[in-house]
Amino acid sequence: MSDTSDGPEGRLRRFATIWSRAIFPVTATSLTRPEIELQLIPLARQLRNSLTARVFQPEAGREVGAALISFHSTDPEVLSRTLDAVDAYLVLYCGGDGDGEELRARSARLQHAVAAGFAKALRERTLAEQEAISRATLNARQMVAEALHASEARFRAVFEGAAIGIGIADLDGNMLEINDALKRMFGGALDNSGRSRKVHEWTHPDDAPQVWRLYEELVRGEREHYRVEKPFYRQDGTVLWTNLTVSLLRDPEGNPQYQLALMEDTTERRLLNLRLRYEATHDALTGLPNRTLFFERLEKALATPGGRFGLCYLDLDGFKAINDSLGHAAGDRLLVEVSDRLQSCATAPGEMVARLGGDEFVALTTGPDTEREVDELAGRILSMLAIPIRIEGRELTVRGSIGIVEGPAGERSAAEVLRSADITMYRAKSAGGNRFELADPEMDERTITRHGLTTALPAALDRSEFFIEYQPLVHLADGSVSGAEALVRWSHPQHGVLGPDRFIPLAEHTGLIVPLGRWVLEEAVRQTHEWQQRHPGAGPLRINVNLSPCQLHHSGLVADTVDTLERIGLEPGTLCLEVTESALIGADDDLLKPLRRLAEMGVDIALDDFGTGYSNLANLRRLPVTELKLDRSFTQGMQQYPADPVDTKIVEGIVALAHSLDLSVTVEGVETAAQADQLRRLGCDTAQGWYYARPGPWDHLHQLALVDATG
Amino acid sequence: MDRPSWAPHGIDISTPSVSRMYDFYLGGSHNFEVDREAARKAMEFLPGMPKIMQANRAFMRRAVRYAVSEGITQFLDIGSGIPTFGNVHEVAQGENPDARIVYVDHDPVAVAHSEVVLEGNDGAGIVAADLRKPEDILGSSAVESHLDLERPVALLLVALLHFVEDADDPYGAVAELGAVLAPGSLIVLTHAAYDGIPLPEQQAGGAVGVYKNIRNPLIMRSRDEIARFFEGYEMVEPGLVSMAEWRPDTPPEDEDPYAFSGFAGVGRKA
Repeated sequence: MSDTSDGPEGRLRRFATIWSRAIFPVTATSLTRPEIELQLIPLARQLRNSLTARVFQPEAGREVGAALISFHSTDPEVLSRTLDAVDAYLVLYCGGDGDGEELRARSARLQHAVAAGFAKALRERTLAEQEAISRATLNARQMVAEALHASEARFRAVFEGAAIGIGIADLDGNMLEINDALKRMFGGALDNSGRSRKVHEWTHPDDAPQVWRLYEELVRGEREHYRVEKPFYRQDGTVLWTNLTVSLLRDPEGNPQYQLALMEDTTERRLLNLRLRYEATHDALTGLPNRTLFFERLEKALATPGGRFGLCYLDLDGFKAINDSLGHAAGDRLLVEVSDRLQSCATAPGEMVARLGGDEFVALTTGPDTEREVDELAGRILSMLAIPIRIEGRELTVRGSIGIVEGPAGERSAAEVLRSADITMYRAKSAGGNRFELADPEMDERTITRHGLTTALPAALDRSEFFIEYQPLVHLADGSVSGAEALVRWSHPQHGVLGPDRFIPLAEHTGLIVPLGRWVLEEAVRQTHEWQQRHPGAGPLRINVNLSPCQLHHSGLVADTVDTLERIGLEPGTLCLEVTESALIGADDDLLKPLRRLAEMGVDIALDDFGTGYSNLANLRRLPVTELKLDRSFTQGMQQYPADPVDTKIVEGIVALAHSLDLSVTVEGVETAAQADQLRRLGCDTAQGWYYARPGPWDHLHQLALVDATG
Repeated sequence: MDRPSWAPHGIDISTPSVSRMYDFYLGGSHNFEVDREAARKAMEFLPGMPKIMQANRAFMRRAVRYAVSEGITQFLDIGSGIPTFGNVHEVAQGENPDARIVYVDHDPVAVAHSEVVLEGNDGAGIVAADLRKPEDILGSSAVESHLDLERPVALLLVALLHFVEDADDPYGAVAELGAVLAPGSLIVLTHAAYDGIPLPEQQAGGAVGVYKNIRNPLIMRSRDEIARFFEGYEMVEPGLVSMAEWRPDTPPEDEDPYAFSGFAGVGRKA
């Protein structure tokens, strides 16, 4: 290798270069040409050595041919080009000075050997590689088969073990395979149940209309899947309800091939839902539809365009008494019997009876002629109730009051209709019961207003919608203002200013009178005190505040009153609490005790509306009162001229009685000068009424008082 | 419905396989007549197919040697096919006997063959997985046992991505694989393109049609599209070039004209 390029090694290298250049374009290795050349040098040397050996052994050629294959020169063109190179250049570059003839003969023999070696190696390699790829394919197939088997086993396990029913059918509807869960749902295998294996014969009268259209679309390949709720017949003829999902299975080319059905048994859930729905819409005791279902029907009737409805609202008369005297069990049996009878009254299409609760029932008719029908219905109900009911050996006669509402749909809400019926029923009841009344919108309105005021009261107090007007109290002797009565007003946002008669009874009823009364007291005391502070020389001015019976019973009365007076700083003697005579009728010591406490502190107590309550005159002595306020009914007789002599006598007597008990007398409702004059002559001490002043704001009062004080 | 990962594809040797065709182009006999028939058909349009494949192998060899010279001893070769000669483990372990290689292929035959070839080679393993599911590759036991992802890895995607359609999001898959590689890792890829093919595009397109017919479409991408695979990597000199021009050992002028087809490049993760 170290000799010059003209030396034997140099010439060998040159041959290898030529050789590599010849075959490089047809090799398929990743070697570069110089790298191939390096590979060829030892081969060239082998060829040269063989060529020039003393004993010629052409086998070296075979090794060279095989070596070419070993470095991946498998293209037959490699051999061809190799033989060309050897033929043309081996002797030239590697023959040395040997006999030309002999060398060419040897070269030819070597070429034969190279070709044979190349072919043999190529053949072996080809066979080996074919063998390898075949084995790899077999191995891969085996692997895939195992994996497929595992996969199949998994799917089989899923199919068989699924809680959901699975069935596979062809596109003609032939059920090919179903799993155990599906068999259980159907109550047995398809084969031994006599059931058709044809899917499209699995119809049921309750099938939704679109079910079979969806099915056809799916098997035609127009739909990939659908999901429906579908009933089937079980083997024993009972119904199986399912959530059914059907999917289309396509082959690898995308053509529809099978249909896959997944079924979930919803029978029990469905029954449960139906039962829950029934329970939610029916009364447990009587089995009648309940309020919920009744409202659904009523709302539906009211939403029917052009429709009419008739409604009877029935409340049994005196049911509570029966319940209380015979016990709840008897009461319940009575209700059941009444329910049965009611149901027999409303059997026509469009009629229904429901129990709203307690002993309240409703009957609804939506027939063609509700105006007539509802009257007849009410009549039937009353006459049916008239038949005595036998319970626990007793004959009970149950009566009922019915409120009827009839009208066109679309005007009122269900709640409004029911409220109107309720109000009307109460009208029937207060008229003595055992009758029906027709709803009257005007009467409804009044009741509704009353109801509305009651519910608005608490908020009204919070929003300061109340205010006080003062009506002066005048000394009859000299016409000077001695004080004023505080009268509460409600400035209602919708109804305007309302007098106490409109809302005090409501406040009494709801108990709101206590906080309202406290507010009136506080406000009146505060304004009186302010006036006193501003006009110290104007003399004493008394303030009268009304106490309702409810306040009288309230345990905080004394404490509240004392607290108010002390906090604001008003003398107790400045305050007069007015209590109605009727509130004190039959009052025991417990009730009188707070009043006594207040009187002992110096608060005046006036007996209001005196003469209307049939009071025990002897009782007057016991009461801690200092003043009687004569009811206006006595003074009304004196408005005329001449005055009614009886009234005059009565007033005269009362005044005498009062004065003998050391009580002063105040008269209300003085409207004329003649009245005032007469009352003064009869000895009354104080008067109030329009003749002097109407109730008004404090300013108005204090002008009168100041005029009086200065004039 | 997607095929579950544990349900393998069937083996159908009546359908040509791109890895066996590749072997045929390279003078191997790991192939069947269907493969050869398809390959011959492709060669009718693109006679230089074997030279392109040879250039691919030569580029890969140079790239692997480059990686080893940069100190990388871990290789993840996806789409390894049927190793006829000059495979990554031969080159890498030739340079550094400690080099570790994981091959990935989704062709069960290629996997089975590799298993035989790699028998007794502790430094190399094969995973049956698909580039389109990188999590299958990264989660494989071969990757876990052979590669230390805390250290740089050479990710080889040689003559692979042009078999992945855009619908299968090859960019996403490459990004997902690249995301787990340690800094200093290399991404090595070649990709078919009409650029550099010494034929009219229409004629070369005939070969593309052959692949389409065997349901293994060949996606020719533009240079820009191929460059996008290297987003987030810095290109190793000389950048994205034809295979013959990437760090050649011998003057490129000596190369076959087909060796200039398509693009090759190596990127380094910062």
